[in-house]
Amino acid sequence: MYTEKVMDHFTNPRNVGEISDADGIGEVGNAKCGDIMRIYLKVSDAGIIEDVKFKTFGCGAAIATSSMVTEMVKGKSLKEALDISNKAVAEALGGLPPAKMHCSNLAADALHEAIKDYIEKHGETK
Amino acid sequence: MKRIYFDHGATTKVDETVAKTVMEAMLNNFGNPSSIHSFGRTARKSVEESREKVAALLNAQPGEIFFTSGGTESDNLAIKGITLANQKKGHHIITSTVEHHAVLHTCEYLEKNGFTVTYLPVDKYGMVNPEDVREALNNKTILVSIMMGNNEVGTLQPIKEIAAITREAGVYFHTDAVQAVGNMPVDVKDLGVDLLSLSGHKFYGPKGIGALYIRKGVKIAPVQHGGGHERKLRAGTENVPGIIGLARACEIAMQDMPEKVARVSALRDKMIRTILQNIDHVQLNGHPEKRLPGNANFSFEFVEGESLLLNLDLKGIAASSGSACTSGSLDPSHVLLSMGLSHEIAHGSLRLTLGAENTEDEVDYFLDVIPEIVTRLRAMSPLYNNNCNLSIRRSEVCEHCHGDS
Ligand SMILES: Cc1ncc(COP(=O)(O)O)c(C=O)c1O
Repeated sequence: MYTEKVMDHFTNPRNVGEISDADGIGEVGNAKCGDIMRIYLKVSDAGIIEDVKFKTFGCGAAIATSSMVTEMVKGKSLKEALDISNKAVAEALGGLPPAKMHCSNLAADALHEAIKDYIEKHGETK
Repeated sequence: MKRIYFDHGATTKVDETVAKTVMEAMLNNFGNPSSIHSFGRTARKSVEESREKVAALLNAQPGEIFFTSGGTESDNLAIKGITLANQKKGHHIITSTVEHHAVLHTCEYLEKNGFTVTYLPVDKYGMVNPEDVREALNNKTILVSIMMGNNEVGTLQPIKEIAAITREAGVYFHTDAVQAVGNMPVDVKDLGVDLLSLSGHKFYGPKGIGALYIRKGVKIAPVQHGGGHERKLRAGTENVPGIIGLARACEIAMQDMPEKVARVSALRDKMIRTILQNIDHVQLNGHPEKRLPGNANFSFEFVEGESLLLNLDLKGIAASSGSACTSGSLDPSHVLLSMGLSHEIAHGSLRLTLGAENTEDEVDYFLDVIPEIVTRLRAMSPLYNNNCNLSIRRSEVCEHCHGDS
């Protein structure tokens, strides 16, 4: 059902946890749906994502996409990060089962919420 | 890695002697039971002997057993067959919200075709109140269908009490006993039911074979037309190897039934006791005592069922869940929601269904690995130890559940 890559990220998720002095925190989904993804960002003065962590409640795809998106954005600029789509995350994982494509594939949305949170709190540039 | 099977509610491993009997029948007993030559007569004899064995398990008469392709067909035949044959009397059916889809979707289909269906609610244990059945009955009611043991949470319904009420009212009573038959004593006379569905693959028999018990004198119509098989009620050349295999599974089930029930129940109870003792924020789903011998169903708060299943599978343990991700729909199990569980709690459900071949070592191994899995997933969960003072930008709208939160 899941690709090897998905199972790898599911069993050894990267960047799990919280950032206590995060510059931006975003969350999507709700417990009723069965998926919640929360992304914490640490952003440098130059607008580069220096650190990123996630916490996710959800199925295998939800956890794997969260882990994947954190790996994809570390070291990227906010602008580059905003260009990452849910679809790109799924592709980076070698694809997701069709049923999971729109249901548990929200990690990029969570990232974008975190970036918007950062912008709201700090303005466009820090 | 050693593989442990705790999903007997989904299906069971065919017993070796059953498999041998089926193989033998396929190779050497291939005649059509309707043929008059010796090949046909041999097959006919086997089918009728099998009918006696299935009847014996249920304390029924052989003439009250009708072979079908399994639980789904038995449920369909019972419900559609009774309603078709008795619609002059009325168009009202009573069932419950926790039935298997084979019953629920059949009732929904009949609703679209002019029948009225009352779906009785259940209590927090998933149990129907017999008094609700009494109140729902009216002079147009032709059938009550309430399952015996729930496939998800294991709760055993008060079948005997309901049967007393329907009998008094002169209304037919069907029970889907697919999860119960072969796994615990089921006596149709003692229960007082009019129709009862069973399925071979839930008790070490082959898949695609089952039976419907129909008490002598019950008025029922066929739903599948063709030849005059099964006394004109179920057309189609008999699945002779399947029927012989089903009968063998019934014979095996009858041997030492009380001892087997006690052994499986003891393993289940150890599992339930230990989990509730050793893990916080966990609840047992289903009735604490009145449940199928092999069924344990838990909800682990703050974690989602599919993640639990995947982690258990990595440890070699096969189980199931009522979470949306595993139910194949966007909503978690209708049974758990009917019992009043919140979506969150329903998403975190884990069903372990034990069977005859499971050992205490296997249960101990599960009890050993599950706390660590739950702890790991909770450490990842934003719902666990949630810091409410965090300033977070949230978008709760998720398209797939229509934006509700
Ligand atoms: C309670 C119940 N009814 C009906 C069925 C359907 O039985 P079958 O798989 O033989 O069609 C099942 C099994 O999935 C069941 O658990």
